[in-house]
Amino acid sequence: MSGPSGAAIALHDVTRRFPLKGVPEGVLALDRVTLDVQPGEFVALLGPSGCGKSTLLRMTAGLDTPSTGTVRVGGETPAAVAARQGFGVAFQDHALLPWLTVRDNIALPFRVAGKPVNQGRIAALIALVKLTGFEEAFPRNLSGGMRQRVNIARALVLQPEVLLLDEPFGALDAVTRRHMNLELQRIWTETRTTTLLVTHAVEEALFLADRIVVMTGRPGRVAQDLPVPFARPRPVEVMREERFHEMQDSLVLALEPEAHD
Amino acid sequence: MNASVQPPVAAPAAVTLQEPAAMPALTLTERLRPYAQSVLPPLAVVLALLLIWQFLASGPNATLPPPTKVWEDAGELITDPFFDRGGLDKGLFWHLLASLQRVAVGFTLSAIVGIAIGLLIGTSKLAMRGLDPIFQVLRTVPPLAWLPLSLAAFREAQPSAIFVIFITSIWPIIINTAVGVRNVPQDYRNVAAVIRLRGFGYFSRIILPAAAPYIFTGLRIGVGLSWLAIIAAEMLIGGVGIGFFIWDAWNSSNLSDIIVALFYVGIVGFLLDRLMALVGHLVTRGTATA
Repeated sequence: MSGPSGAAIALHDVTRRFPLKGVPEGVLALDRVTLDVQPGEFVALLGPSGCGKSTLLRMTAGLDTPSTGTVRVGGETPAAVAARQGFGVAFQDHALLPWLTVRDNIALPFRVAGKPVNQGRIAALIALVKLTGFEEAFPRNLSGGMRQRVNIARALVLQPEVLLLDEPFGALDAVTRRHMNLELQRIWTETRTTTLLVTHAVEEALFLADRIVVMTGRPGRVAQDLPVPFARPRPVEVMREERFHEMQDSLVLALEPEAHD
Repeated sequence: MNASVQPPVAAPAAVTLQEPAAMPALTLTERLRPYAQSVLPPLAVVLALLLIWQFLASGPNATLPPPTKVWEDAGELITDPFFDRGGLDKGLFWHLLASLQRVAVGFTLSAIVGIAIGLLIGTSKLAMRGLDPIFQVLRTVPPLAWLPLSLAAFREAQPSAIFVIFITSIWPIIINTAVGVRNVPQDYRNVAAVIRLRGFGYFSRIILPAAAPYIFTGLRIGVGLSWLAIIAAEMLIGGVGIGFFIWDAWNSSNLSDIIVALFYVGIVGFLLDRLMALVGHLVTRGTATA
């Protein structure tokens, strides 16, 4: 689904100030950010900690509002899209409810939306995230990677128009994280949901995204908007290609504080 | 295309298939060892304490009866707690039952009211500011200090005792419930916000289950305080009940009966605590944390 501009997500001149005691004008977190994400596109927001990436994602999800500027999702306000459960969101901390089983955690959006629980859809998603056999397990019985896969399944359960991922693998170790990147690519290839990924891991952004939007340190501004040239599906070997390493080095340099001074 | 002819493979030597080696059967000693390790140390300590008590209480200047004398004087109370000769002449079971009935009523009331107030304080900053200072003062008042006031208000022993239980056990329930609600992780709140979970749904699906471990901690402390309060209250209000039984035994200089009653009081208190812990574990399904 896209709006008049054709973009699935359109942020125009978005500025966000947070109030702070003793600072009358507040803290400028985001400064005139403009960004378009096309339907079915996977865009990674890359930037240093505190640059406003998560704030941008929260505004897209309708969990926060810009001080100035506009946010549109498929030509509508985020609130309108959220009201019909049009977003799938996964945060860094999986936030699975520990008193619910894997199946019940994934089914929760159905229940909240007042829709009959589609057991077939849930079974298909459990299979998609390779957790068949763990339907009745509680989160405490799962590894970090498994929990995060349940989190992604829950985000996808209502077939959202837009998938928003806020550093979903940030709390995982390097080996599990790489494995989860492969899993996410596989899941995304099967669903082709418009996706906005917030990360500060360059390798992750390069491996997963169609485009990488690099942000400056606070106040967050768009510094670069780079297309990722690697064909899909991307095997893990792509990370060993010279072009991959060149882009990785270039992006790491772009994230250095001096790069934007 | 030439098919390369393979020489015939020698037939394998006859293989005798063996059953997988069965685990050696555990001997009786090995099977009993875990139980022995958990039961024997406390038994040894109890035995040692009984011996020390027997030794200290057997001297000429001893003020308390030794265990042998307790058994001699109060044997019937231990072996037959169910006798009922009418009036107040009853076995310890009936006294304990009367006390437990009062605790059940008082504690149930305090649980209902305490959880409700705790939820209010936990969710409303205004209620927190208004009520917290008052509660912090009231919770320091000892249980027995409430008794004269409750007797004056209710003019009857039974409701007075129930009120004392209620007012004693409500504070940990209120405080723990409020803390539980305030400590609901931001991640769960984020989930609720994303899936548009609001109102009663948010309350029943997120707040209550997330706060349940805290609530049950409050209930567990509360049930212990209820049991402490009723023993003290019954000493003053009389009637059937374990507190009155102890007081009556004191007035009759019957120290052996008091010692037996104290043992029963301790056992019942312990069982109440274990019961509340078990209910808490079952309700939260042992999944308090992810």
